[in-house]
Amino acid sequence: MELQAVLMAAGGGSRMMDLTYNTPKPLLPVGNRPLIWYPLNLLERVGFEEVIVITTKEVQKALSTDQRLKTDVKMRLDVVCIQEETDMGTADALRHIQQKIKTDILVVSCDLITDVALHEVVDLFRAHNATLSMLMSKVHEFTDTVPGQKGKKKAGEQRDFVGVDVTGKRLLFMANEADLEEGLVFRKSIMRKHPRMLIKTGLLDAHLYCLKRSVVDFLVHNKSVTSIRGELVPYLVRKQFSKMFGVHNKCTSKEEALLQLARERSCWNDHRGDMSEAYHGGKLRCYVHIMEEGMCYRVNTLAAYIEANRVVPKLFEDPPIHPTAVVTERSLVGSDSIIGPYCQISDKTSIKRSNVGTSSTIKEKVKITNSIIMNGVTIEEGCNIQGSVICNNAVIGRGADMKYCLVGSGQCIEPEGENAVVQCSSGYTTHTKTHTLHFCSSVVFVLNPAFCVCVCVHSLAHVCLFFV
Amino acid sequence: MADSDGRQVDSINHSTEEGVKLQEIVQAKCEGKELTREEKQRLRKEKKQHKKNKKDDRGPPEKEKEKEKASVPAPSKPATQSPAHKAAPVPVNASASESPVAAEKPAKSKAEQRAERRARQDTERASKQGKKEGGQLSASSKPKATPNELQPVVKRLPEHIQVDDPAALKKLAKKLERQQVPLRSDYGYKVSLFSHLHQYSRKNPPTQQISIPATVIHPSIVRLGLQYSQGIIAGSNARSVALLHAFKQVIRDYSTPPNEELSRDLVNKLSPYISFLSQCRPLSASMGNAIKYIKKEISNIPSQCKEEEAKRRLQECIDSYINEKIILASEAISKYAIEKISDGDVILVYGCSSLVNHILCEAFEKQRKFRVIVVDSRPRLEGKEALRRLVKKGIRCTYVLISALSYILPEVSKVFLGAHALLANGYVMSRVGTSQIALVAKAFNVPVLVCCETYKFCERVQTDSFVSNELDDPDDLIVTRNGKTHLENWQTVKSLGLLNLVYDVTPPDFVDLVITDLGMIPCTSVPVVLRVKNVDQ
Repeated sequence: MELQAVLMAAGGGSRMMDLTYNTPKPLLPVGNRPLIWYPLNLLERVGFEEVIVITTKEVQKALSTDQRLKTDVKMRLDVVCIQEETDMGTADALRHIQQKIKTDILVVSCDLITDVALHEVVDLFRAHNATLSMLMSKVHEFTDTVPGQKGKKKAGEQRDFVGVDVTGKRLLFMANEADLEEGLVFRKSIMRKHPRMLIKTGLLDAHLYCLKRSVVDFLVHNKSVTSIRGELVPYLVRKQFSKMFGVHNKCTSKEEALLQLARERSCWNDHRGDMSEAYHGGKLRCYVHIMEEGMCYRVNTLAAYIEANRVVPKLFEDPPIHPTAVVTERSLVGSDSIIGPYCQISDKTSIKRSNVGTSSTIKEKVKITNSIIMNGVTIEEGCNIQGSVICNNAVIGRGADMKYCLVGSGQCIEPEGENAVVQCSSGYTTHTKTHTLHFCSSVVFVLNPAFCVCVCVHSLAHVCLFFV
Repeated sequence: MADSDGRQVDSINHSTEEGVKLQEIVQAKCEGKELTREEKQRLRKEKKQHKKNKKDDRGPPEKEKEKEKASVPAPSKPATQSPAHKAAPVPVNASASESPVAAEKPAKSKAEQRAERRARQDTERASKQGKKEGGQLSASSKPKATPNELQPVVKRLPEHIQVDDPAALKKLAKKLERQQVPLRSDYGYKVSLFSHLHQYSRKNPPTQQISIPATVIHPSIVRLGLQYSQGIIAGSNARSVALLHAFKQVIRDYSTPPNEELSRDLVNKLSPYISFLSQCRPLSASMGNAIKYIKKEISNIPSQCKEEEAKRRLQECIDSYINEKIILASEAISKYAIEKISDGDVILVYGCSSLVNHILCEAFEKQRKFRVIVVDSRPRLEGKEALRRLVKKGIRCTYVLISALSYILPEVSKVFLGAHALLANGYVMSRVGTSQIALVAKAFNVPVLVCCETYKFCERVQTDSFVSNELDDPDDLIVTRNGKTHLENWQTVKSLGLLNLVYDVTPPDFVDLVITDLGMIPCTSVPVVLRVKNVDQ
């Protein structure tokens, strides 16, 4: 066999705790499908028949019970459970399943939504006999206002510096801003071998790696490496130019000798201008495929989640309104919205540019724009929801008016009169009587289950409460 | 007279060529000669062949084949047959008009087809009577016509030079579908003279439609195909070695299915791989010979041989083939070639031939004093790699482009050329530009020596570079200078075509000596070597 697929679905989603404190990240609905469906679909489309899925018990249960996953995904899923408490990095997970790995592997993260032609990445891996081949894409700027972000995004957010050679395929340098103190430091050997290097910063790492089997063996011997992205990849990129690999060049097996002979007789070289042979005689090579066009999202922040929800329905030819949803005639569902199965949309509702999840009930005279409604949500009459994210099983009371809010799962928003803006709490219902609270910037209240809060607003005070 | 005779015979045999043959034989009989056993055999074979062809999907090339075959034995007959021979030439362009008709054939019944063909052949024969030319045989179909040969073999035109024939394309598509190999589509506008050849683009790799953990095709073959199509493994020797290496891995991972014999099943397993590789890049002559050798070895495995033993034996065969035909051959050739290099020589080489580089490096080690002029050409610029290897060794080199050839030739004392293949009529097939070098060298009276191992000798015959060649990616010709890429949108200009040829053939008159591992032979002795090789096997 050529490649084995490994899907990493045990991550916690630490950058969007608002969404994931109740639902594990792989099961977050995006376009009315659980997030884990997207990488599985990518692997299936390309031709994989078997995937090793590393995940937690909860997700495993969902994988075996969720209807949609069971029917849509035809591959054989070999689910490996790890405990949530043990804070396992991705490299630790690979070490954990080392026994199952018999060939080169393709590691995918569960939060990757992309339509890349996977053969581009794998061809680099095959043709150049590379040790590592990865996928990167241009970063999309998220323009929509995100509930929870006050003002502009925190700038200078940990850029990645990626150095590639003139062809744009060979990966020469990779460093994260967080690891650097003052400036970029390059080894002279890199400059001597590749005098022209392009440094790119606006790239998003898709966390899709083709790794050779020997890398897994290396991980087994070096237990200190915990994360693929954070430690293993920069290590491999640096090791390309380290002198050690030149040493054991006298390859032993006859097959290696034949390959060596073929390379010697071939009149190809990957670079021109100096006196060294192809690949500078190096054994370890890292390649990257940078996607110029096409869709590539990593759903690990709230902004990415919202953007993905916006874009993904266009990918599939599913009917925007699921056949089992009950949509009355007097409602207006825009063409760029999707309604999940078993929903009930009542009269005089208007749904524009939104996603409504499974089994949600939307009563009359509700206006939903630019929002994401997850599964099992009940929205009473007269609500006006704009730019918000409503998580599973929330209940929005009558007349609520929400702009750019995020309602956690299982929350309950009390019915209100007009113009009341809602706060969200956990485990408690809030009483906000008829008061006008104007929020000029988007605000999110997320209350940690550990804290018990009861908020009562009695006066015309502008009260903004944050409990973290 | 000839017509009526032919028609009579036709009613019995239903074919012109047999009609012509029988006509000749009737003539011979009338003249008192006896039908030789050979002629009787040939007649029987014709009938059988014809019956077989009736079953196949009849395309014009095959018909052409039969006519060729019929007209070829004719020259070997005594001179009295010459008028008959002149009556049976096949104008190649007749087939072009027949091809649209041929495409509709499968729909009609056999009787209708026969009647149609008869009518067509009658009209053709009538038009041919008026013509004077005889024996214009298309080069790629000429079988060996030596007298002590066995019956002439019907040669089919290989698929990869019939791209403009929709019937052949359909056949290929069907075959690839059966083998589950993806069909690679042609790219861009093809210059009309070469529209019968494939032209692929590097941007559409052959792996686009292959599933990612490659299951139908062995992963090492997929890797090899990619390396071929991207040019990472280029050069006749390198390609053969890499191919044999990949086959070794296939054999290693092979396990005989139950109720099957290794000798038969493994050969069947290799066929889709070979189709895939030829989709990536057309096979070279050396690769073809290597494949023939492997298939022969596999089918010679005795059936009682255990699988492990058989696999080990095959691996050893491959190793010994590479050792003998490539490594030791290059040693032998170097020995001969070094005799020809004297001190003070100025040697001209073209492009990057692994053999010629090896020879020069060996000669340098043996303390010969010479300098080298490396001639290079776009778009491949392989000469730069040759230059690097020679300079690394310490040889004094000069580098020019092929446009400067006539300026530097006065300085040159010898020309060493590598070959991709040596054809049976003594022509040398090599990188495009080689024939130019040989021509100009001849004009300057500079000796041209071609170095070629015997495993690259090929039974094909070609007199021009058009019939069988390879078209590389036309986008390789696009170059960016001073930030401007003029040919960027060449596809939008309707009257513009980009042609990137890979090979050309050099006539034997321009080649003074061929240095092989069997010795130094003149170019015209190539068929002798081939015959000797065939007898050996």
